[in-house]
Amino acid sequence: MKKDYSRRDFLKLSTTASAGLMIGVVLPYKERLLSAGFVEEVFEPNVWVSIRPDNTILITAAKSEMGQHIRTSLPMIVAEELEADWSQVEVAQADAHPDKYGSQGTGGSGSIRRSFNRLRKAGAAAREMLIQAAADKWNVLPATCRAENGTIIHQPSGNSLTFGELVEAASKLPVPEDPPLKSPKDFKLIGNSMPGLDTLSRVNGTAQFGIDVQRPNMVYATVLRCPTFGGNVKSFNPKEANKVSGVLKVFQIDEGIAVVGKNTWSVIKAQRVLEVDWDPGDFANWDSKRIEDMMEEKGSGKALIARNDGTTSTFIDGEDRLIEVQYKVPFTSHATMEPMNCVAHVRNGSCEIWAPTQLPQRVQSTAAEALGLDPENVDVHVTMLGGGFGRRLFTDYILDAIQISKRMNKPVKLIWTREDDMHHDFYRPTSIHKLSGTLTKQNKVKSWSHRVIAPSISGQLFPEKFQEGKLDHSAVNGASNLPYAIPNVLVDYVMTNTKVPVGWWRSVYNSQNAFANEGFIDEMSYAAGVDPYKFRVQLLAEAPRHLGVIKLAAEKAGWGKKMDKGQGMGIAVHESFGSWAAQVAEVTVGENGKLTIDKIVTTVDCGLVVNPDGVKAQMESSIVYGLTSILKGEITIEKGAVVQSNFHEFKLLQIDEMPVVEVHIVPSAEPPGGAGEPGLPPVAPAVTNAIFAATGKRIRRLPIRQEDLG
Amino acid sequence: MPRFTLHINGKKHRIIADADTPLLWILRDELGYTGTKFGCGRGFCGACTIHLDGEAIRSCMTAVEYVEDRRITTIEGLSENNSHSVQKAWLAEEVPQCGYCQSGQIMAAAALLKRNPNPDDATINSAMRMNLCRCGTYDRIRKAIHRAAEDQG
Repeated sequence: MKKDYSRRDFLKLSTTASAGLMIGVVLPYKERLLSAGFVEEVFEPNVWVSIRPDNTILITAAKSEMGQHIRTSLPMIVAEELEADWSQVEVAQADAHPDKYGSQGTGGSGSIRRSFNRLRKAGAAAREMLIQAAADKWNVLPATCRAENGTIIHQPSGNSLTFGELVEAASKLPVPEDPPLKSPKDFKLIGNSMPGLDTLSRVNGTAQFGIDVQRPNMVYATVLRCPTFGGNVKSFNPKEANKVSGVLKVFQIDEGIAVVGKNTWSVIKAQRVLEVDWDPGDFANWDSKRIEDMMEEKGSGKALIARNDGTTSTFIDGEDRLIEVQYKVPFTSHATMEPMNCVAHVRNGSCEIWAPTQLPQRVQSTAAEALGLDPENVDVHVTMLGGGFGRRLFTDYILDAIQISKRMNKPVKLIWTREDDMHHDFYRPTSIHKLSGTLTKQNKVKSWSHRVIAPSISGQLFPEKFQEGKLDHSAVNGASNLPYAIPNVLVDYVMTNTKVPVGWWRSVYNSQNAFANEGFIDEMSYAAGVDPYKFRVQLLAEAPRHLGVIKLAAEKAGWGKKMDKGQGMGIAVHESFGSWAAQVAEVTVGENGKLTIDKIVTTVDCGLVVNPDGVKAQMESSIVYGLTSILKGEITIEKGAVVQSNFHEFKLLQIDEMPVVEVHIVPSAEPPGGAGEPGLPPVAPAVTNAIFAATGKRIRRLPIRQEDLG
Repeated sequence: MPRFTLHINGKKHRIIADADTPLLWILRDELGYTGTKFGCGRGFCGACTIHLDGEAIRSCMTAVEYVEDRRITTIEGLSENNSHSVQKAWLAEEVPQCGYCQSGQIMAAAALLKRNPNPDDATINSAMRMNLCRCGTYDRIRKAIHRAAEDQG
């Protein structure tokens, strides 16, 4: 059967699960088309590229889109090598598959840097096959042909064929294993700011986030969890909740009480009147103060060594000066604008999930395990994510949805209210940093010691692995790799876990450790009587990429220029996720301690850049995310529960508080580094160092409080 | 349950709902206008911003019983072919990141420009300060509003 089908049908097939659903597994597009009765040839040399006779090029993105524009930049990499006509490129989102795409996990600023070579090869393989197919047709040598803008051209004759015209012939050729890659000097797309393929859908309301998924016969649900961490349901009375019109069922699941109804409003209202008697457990005796006291106490005990250069045990001689300080960072929340949600449909022997997730494969395996299914019987469709920042690396909300769907025997849309979301995040770990350093009589830094005292994310997730004094290397990220040339360096770590769930928050431990490092090096520079920028430069002689970004930042910001009274400039530099970033902040502190962030100049060296405007946007975003965390974003604990419930208590930076932001990208031919997170760690120290320059007041605890400035 | 007649994006819809149901959930759950987003449910974040008789309002805080026979516009009805000057400016400045708050931002900006065709930064700040964006697109939002103002001439 040969069937004519429209481009719209093709896209529909590509973007919905309908075809895959018929035989219950995730299929490449070609197979989906075939299964739906469309037998027209499609050239699909690998899982990334699919070319149709009408010249449509479908490129698959296997990473989650949460604002980093990877659904534009990943296809750019494939299209570059393919020599595609960019206007013919469409992007498709990969469903979860255990191994077909490699890791689909989206985190660690890794989408570009961990896909770059693989995607180049995928595009190049397709290009070589199209060239071969054309050469065969013309009976000429492939070396006399080249690919350009969606066509293959025979150079001597000037003959050309479009990719679409070569689909059938190319499909019959073997896929080259190691196709030649283009020289970067010939890149046409890579290095250019391409308009986002998803931007239109984000300005007309059609972008589909997890919360927007609708299924036939779908019901809606919320889950009320015990506010106290570690608490459980003692008993519950569904009577009042059941009275709310539209409510269908109230029942207990693993993590709390599910309320199911005909629409979202019915379950939100019912959740508010639901009566639950909680057993709060022993963590009800804990609050922020007690956590801090415990950390202080444990922090003066035994620590695990992460780095030990030289002889830090005897680092003070007669005329050396010892400087000892302590920095503190609070818990904070991800607070994605789209609260946690998931649509799930558990059927007999299979399950289908639509989820805004950063870890589709984990969703698949977690659901399979929970339901006793093989992963191949769990379809996971990845929607747009209304923010991720690390929160959507967890699967708690997925498990809610599948339990409820199983019980209801219907598709269910689970929605967390903002209050649920804020009370049950996996928070950025709070931390205390004990720092000490010595300066010689000649004002040289002789030693540096940094003790990180913080809960461990890995230690909480896998306690069995961290029982016998094993170091969580992640917790000292950004501390143990101190770049300054100091002869004696000691970095160690004390794990201080509580029942407050902790998780990967944008830049993870780099956010806390950079604040401590770059605040303290600033203190050392003032103690040494050396300009903080020059002081760093002297100690970075062997760190060329740190030097590159800090010098450019100082130059672009006009470091050292005269500032008015109450104004100051601060600088910071940090490496994370394979990239280097430096920032210069300008602040004004008024008489009453009113702080204004006037301007932040940032530089970044993230190696070869695929989409410069995307990198620029990520730097802007990291600065705003960082500013929220240092000016406002504190999560506090009372009676074992989070105090803040919604945006009136957990405030975000607003447009009227937005500083001028300037982004400068260091040109580089090095392999790509990350872009989503490296801009965040320098924000806190650049701002607090600027406050010191303006006022002489050293901020050593976050968030910055007016009482610390006035 | 009471019946209501709503005028949304130039179309008439008849619905049956509890009188206290926020318009947000009628739009999203009952009528499929999912471009309007749920962010906080308490009027703090602006993700649910729509136009009621041309004014920007929070649909999560507006009960359906108050909007009967009034003119409701959602992001889906702001323009045909994405041709509103604010949408064009948003595209030109590549404003959205995750995009979740952007329907609300765009509706707030469109209402602002209707009131004040040429707002200065201070006016933009005061009109837009209650529309939160966790990705931090504020600088681009401001630029896009200026661009849209110029475009409208």
